[in-house]
Amino acid sequence: MERRQVFALGAAGAAAAGAGFAAGATMASPAEAHDHDAAKPVGFHGEHQAGITTPAQDRLHFAAFDVTTDSRDELIDLLKQWTKAASRMCSGDYAGPGGAVSANVDLPPDDTGEAQGLPASGLTVTVGFGPSLFRDKHGADRFGIAKHRPKLLEDLPGFAGDDIDESISHGDLCVQACANDPQVAVHAVRNLARIGFGKVSMRWSQLGFGRTASTSASQTTPRNLLGFKDGTHNLKSEDSGDVKKYLWIADGDGPGWLIGGSYVVTRKIRMMIEPWDRTMLSEQEQIFGRDKSEGAPLTGTKEFDAPDFTAKDSSGQPAIAANSHVRLAHPSRHKGVRMLRRGYSYVDGSDNLGRLDCGLFFIAYQRDPEKAFISVQDSLSTSDGLNEYIRHTSSGIFACPPGVADDGKDYWGRALFAR
Amino acid sequence: MRKPVLVGTAALAILAMAACTEKPGDTASGGPIAVKATDDSCEVSATKTKAGTVTFKVSNKGTKVTEFYVYGKGDRVMSEVENITPGLTRKLIVELPAGKYQTACKPGMVGDGIRGKFTVTGKSEKLDADANVKQAVKDYEKYVSQQADSLVTKTKEFTDAVKAKKIDKAKELFPVARTYWERIEPVAEKFGDLDPKLDGRADDHPKREKDPQFTGFHRLEYDLWKKKDLSDSAKYAKQLNDGVQEVAKRAKSEKVAPLDLANGAKGLLDEVATMKITGEEDRYSHTDLWDFAANLEGSQAAIAALRPVIDDRDPKLGKQLDDLFSKAKKELAKYAEGDGYRGWDKLSKDDLKKLSDAINALGEPVSKVAGLVSKGK
Repeated sequence: MERRQVFALGAAGAAAAGAGFAAGATMASPAEAHDHDAAKPVGFHGEHQAGITTPAQDRLHFAAFDVTTDSRDELIDLLKQWTKAASRMCSGDYAGPGGAVSANVDLPPDDTGEAQGLPASGLTVTVGFGPSLFRDKHGADRFGIAKHRPKLLEDLPGFAGDDIDESISHGDLCVQACANDPQVAVHAVRNLARIGFGKVSMRWSQLGFGRTASTSASQTTPRNLLGFKDGTHNLKSEDSGDVKKYLWIADGDGPGWLIGGSYVVTRKIRMMIEPWDRTMLSEQEQIFGRDKSEGAPLTGTKEFDAPDFTAKDSSGQPAIAANSHVRLAHPSRHKGVRMLRRGYSYVDGSDNLGRLDCGLFFIAYQRDPEKAFISVQDSLSTSDGLNEYIRHTSSGIFACPPGVADDGKDYWGRALFAR
Repeated sequence: MRKPVLVGTAALAILAMAACTEKPGDTASGGPIAVKATDDSCEVSATKTKAGTVTFKVSNKGTKVTEFYVYGKGDRVMSEVENITPGLTRKLIVELPAGKYQTACKPGMVGDGIRGKFTVTGKSEKLDADANVKQAVKDYEKYVSQQADSLVTKTKEFTDAVKAKKIDKAKELFPVARTYWERIEPVAEKFGDLDPKLDGRADDHPKREKDPQFTGFHRLEYDLWKKKDLSDSAKYAKQLNDGVQEVAKRAKSEKVAPLDLANGAKGLLDEVATMKITGEEDRYSHTDLWDFAANLEGSQAAIAALRPVIDDRDPKLGKQLDDLFSKAKKELAKYAEGDGYRGWDKLSKDDLKKLSDAINALGEPVSKVAGLVSKGK
């Protein structure tokens, strides 16, 4: 049962969508065509989890859970139920077979119902396992998987200037739900949380809007809340060589169950936008190392021009300042290592001083967090000119298992629990 | 009164369980089964018998008033005899089909009691679906009636203390009287004209605490804990006592529908999740955990009455409910203090989250019971 029939325009869309979509393709205006692209489902199954290299959607609901049961069987059962429900929702269907209105009116419905009539909206649900799933804070190996913990899966070290709130950091499991309709993303997290009652407890969750990164060359580089294009040089799905080299965990990297997976790092970065907005343009541009309108490096004219870190300005100073964001974060400073950023802006209302409580919910996928995120953040945290305007308030790292096979039996983390 | 679990009693119960565990060959040879109840033991002369009418003869050899219970699956009360004073012997006659049961003495009439296993073998008539539902309603009505009686008694003691301006005594009795109210709240709440007067909160009224319409339990709670002055409280005490008597009278004659049991069980957990976890219910006294315990017990009583219906229609659900009720009670028991519970304001956010998790875990399967009850219609 589809929540809504969407008439896919492209053959690829129709094929990915399955039987429910095969019905009559119609002609549509360009505007409608755009809407339809955003409405289409993204394939759930495959070698890798969706929601990493698949085109970044507009909206995010990211949730971290703590596992409350001590039973390995219950945890496995939860992952099976989650996989089933997520694959249904990603196809545009309800969370459970009973749908949003149950045949028996004395039963609460299987699905919470707020996505009735809404299409798949490009929903992807991506799951990861935190270090504490393998060994909890008391050192207990609750689920008999401690010996399968990848060495690189460790809580991130403290960085200079960190202002981390533990209550919105870490977690045993994470769920990244992205969609082009915020209601569809929230619906996914809400239904998974409901399925999880008694086995998991939501530790924290974050809503995001306006993707701040592009994961495909077909997408333009978006702007963050500071008004700049950030992540021009992001790893994109089309860079197949680098995707293989820097994104997916390969044979020999660590435990076999994680081959085809990736590490995700999350950081909630509060932006002090009021002082930033009072900062003169030339200083803003110096801090980023890019111009504010085009997004070009200060040594170039176009966004994708390569920055020239050796160039000097008329006074003999580096044209791109030593403490600029683009210089410190550039792969050339980190042995060429890249990561795939997939963050979102957030606004959590305003704080008690009347300041907008806003910033970036940073999400980055990588094959090796030590060589990628930790290396970059080490240099940013000590030198970045931007630090005056930002605070890192939450931190998380999770190992995302490989994708789920479409055989009706596979589930998130099966290879881990089969051992 | 059945106060919430006493830590001491629970510990004794474990010891006593060991003493009372089943020994092979303890089969009743016809005639009544003797039960020797003391302050810390509960000796049942046989732990096995044949299906049919079973008679227990309970002698209280201890120094405390005691009770004797026979529990079925999910702590369903098969039958009970209360108020056995020291030296007294009373009979309990109960119809028991084949199955596993527990016997329990409750010295001091508190806690879960000193439990022992009891097995009934042989042929037994299985009730058909309709008869199961009818029996569940009957059992629950009996529960409501007993709780209503205690509610009247304890509310009178509480309001008498208020009238006599015995502040400490009244403070002590406030959560005790509320326990009986909270256990049967889904029934008590049915009387829409009385409930707001007896259990309404200050924010239900435009002038809040200063509003003359702000009456009932929470008015007196405010006078006792915030105002610390009972000079104006006697009229509210009388009003509460009269109102509770009326509720009890109506509750005892109220015909409940099978679905009311299931919805009531769910409703009580919703009460916990929205009012007790947040400390909104007893905002002046912070005795919310007493109400929490009572809601949980009331919910379990309704589910226990429905247990044969549940087992008949979804054999796995009953076991799941048992586990989750017991987990929730265990979580709550962490905060047991004296005869009751620690103040809500003494719990950390983390403590409250764990309690909330336990209630959410229980709420999902409990929400499926109504569908099961109506399925057989």
